Amino acid sequence: MKAQTLTKGGGLVVLLVLAVLFPLVYNNPGVTVYGLYALIFATAAVAWHIFSGNTGYIALGQAVFIGSGAYTMGIAARDWHLSATATFELLPLCAAVGAIIAVPFGLIALRVRRHTFIVITIAVFFIFQLMAFNLSFTGGSSGLGFPFLTWTQAQVNQNFYYIALACAVGAIIIAWLIGRSRFGLQLRAIRDDEDRARGLGVKAMRVKLSAFVISGAITALIGAVWYYYVDQAEPQTVFNPLFDLTLVLMVFFGGYGSIAGSVLGALLIEPFSQWMSTQPAFSGSLSDVVLGGILLLVLLFMPRGILPTSAEFITKIRTRGRPAVVPATTIGAATATPSAPPVSSGGAR
Amino acid sequence: MARELSEAIVDGILIGGVYALMAVGLTLIFGVLDIINIAQGVLVILGAYLSYSLFNKAHIDPYVGLLITIPAMFIIGVVIHWAFISRLRGGERTSMTLLVTYAVGLIIEGILYKIYGANNVQLSPSYVNSSVHVFDFYIGWVYIWGFVIAVALVGAVYALLYRTRFGRSVRAVMQDGDAARLVGINVNKVAAITFGVGVAVTAAGGMVFGETNAFNANSGYDLISRLLSIVILGGMGSVGGALGAAVFMLTLESVVTIWYPTWAVVVYYAALVIVLLWRPTGLFGQKAVRAQ
Repeated sequence: MKAQTLTKGGGLVVLLVLAVLFPLVYNNPGVTVYGLYALIFATAAVAWHIFSGNTGYIALGQAVFIGSGAYTMGIAARDWHLSATATFELLPLCAAVGAIIAVPFGLIALRVRRHTFIVITIAVFFIFQLMAFNLSFTGGSSGLGFPFLTWTQAQVNQNFYYIALACAVGAIIIAWLIGRSRFGLQLRAIRDDEDRARGLGVKAMRVKLSAFVISGAITALIGAVWYYYVDQAEPQTVFNPLFDLTLVLMVFFGGYGSIAGSVLGALLIEPFSQWMSTQPAFSGSLSDVVLGGILLLVLLFMPRGILPTSAEFITKIRTRGRPAVVPATTIGAATATPSAPPVSSGGAR
Repeated sequence: MARELSEAIVDGILIGGVYALMAVGLTLIFGVLDIINIAQGVLVILGAYLSYSLFNKAHIDPYVGLLITIPAMFIIGVVIHWAFISRLRGGERTSMTLLVTYAVGLIIEGILYKIYGANNVQLSPSYVNSSVHVFDFYIGWVYIWGFVIAVALVGAVYALLYRTRFGRSVRAVMQDGDAARLVGINVNKVAAITFGVGVAVTAAGGMVFGETNAFNANSGYDLISRLLSIVILGGMGSVGGALGAAVFMLTLESVVTIWYPTWAVVVYYAALVIVLLWRPTGLFGQKAVRAQ
């Protein structure tokens, strides 16, 4: 077991070093952008996992936090006349605003479950989008600009890449710590059977709300980074209904309920859709059709995501069909993917 | 003032009827299959485009065209159910079906975009701008006929549910799928036909929507969020509830528009949130939505 932990830890360090070296090796800014967007979505997917992956409540309103973070940064930088570098110091404020917004949002939405919860998150999302369009201080439909960065394009991409990498690593560590804590166990107890969890003394509302707030803060933080990079926050792009569904798609594609799966899904899908958007062959809306088709194939043939399914497959080959001593999924998650971040304990499904 | 108010209320009720028709499909699908059909919004747009093509290419009046589009949408619904929905099993079925219907919607949207482009179009038969003078104001004939056809179709769905043998099996599956299977109901067939009917009504809903609004392939998102709000407000799985909630929501929006046109849609969604705080099962819901 100890050797296994060492391999796993070593693998993670290697992955991190590779991620740090990536923009230095491929120093073409066009390539760095792929990495940047992949990391932004990985952070958002891990944040989604902290709440929805653990509790089983499918939230489709994460764009609320992306938008809150982006608008907080834009409005504060404009009204306080901040310089470009000072704007980065606003990032903790953006996370705090995300957390504050998550409290009433969660208090309302978490009173209901399943489908009704999903629809409430969509409704709150639309309320926020319309507020961004209509309130006087948001700049209306033309949106907000951000302070001008004096870096070259290559510097911009590289610096934002490292900021996004720091966010992603931070989010993964937080998610991992939650996963192995008592708090994480309480969240997963809610996913398995909320009424029973309450009967066993889990303060369901408080626990769910805490996870929702953490998830909201991380999402708002990465939202601010994202739209500072884009340099323009418009209501229809910042509060984008497609973003919410894409996030869920990524997590289910990689493996619902595990940190590694959420990250993997984002790292595979986001660069692919970025690449498709640059190809004339997929111009217009063909990229949507391709993405939808892939999603359908994965859902129908690998319904638990590529990571758990391939782990099972490898276990099957290694044990040559003989029943394993330990439950097969645990072996698969632990040994088949040593280089991936640890699957939350007890979360292998 | 009184004139504006009564005009807004009449408008709200008429448009509400059309939204009720689209929402009834969604609520039926939810009641029987326990899934949210995210593609419903895009399917409405598909229905609108079918009527649009029939009218512009073959010069078939949209109302006559319903004889073609309703069966066509029924078949599309049955095929979607057979190909994708019926194959999903297991614990995460709720979220899986959400994603599957989203993927189907994405594909349909992409294809529509490819065929018709990004420009907004509107169904415009000769009578689309004619109106009738009632009380002190004018009402478009399109709204009146749309309302009539919506009420007729909702009535037909209602009769199907409560007056036929098939409807009895549908209601049995709604109450308890396993028990229905035990007494010999072919649950899969009931589910397939229900999905077909739920999608078929979007043909009519889309036709009226296309006559009263300019639309393009992306219009489905706004629609689906409104329809979901209506279905949740009415109580998921309740046909009468969807009808009541649609009329209530659209009237509310239409009345608020008189004073605050930009905030009307916010009020629309805020009303949903407030009602659910007070009644988590929706206005007419009997199903315990809080039960996991």
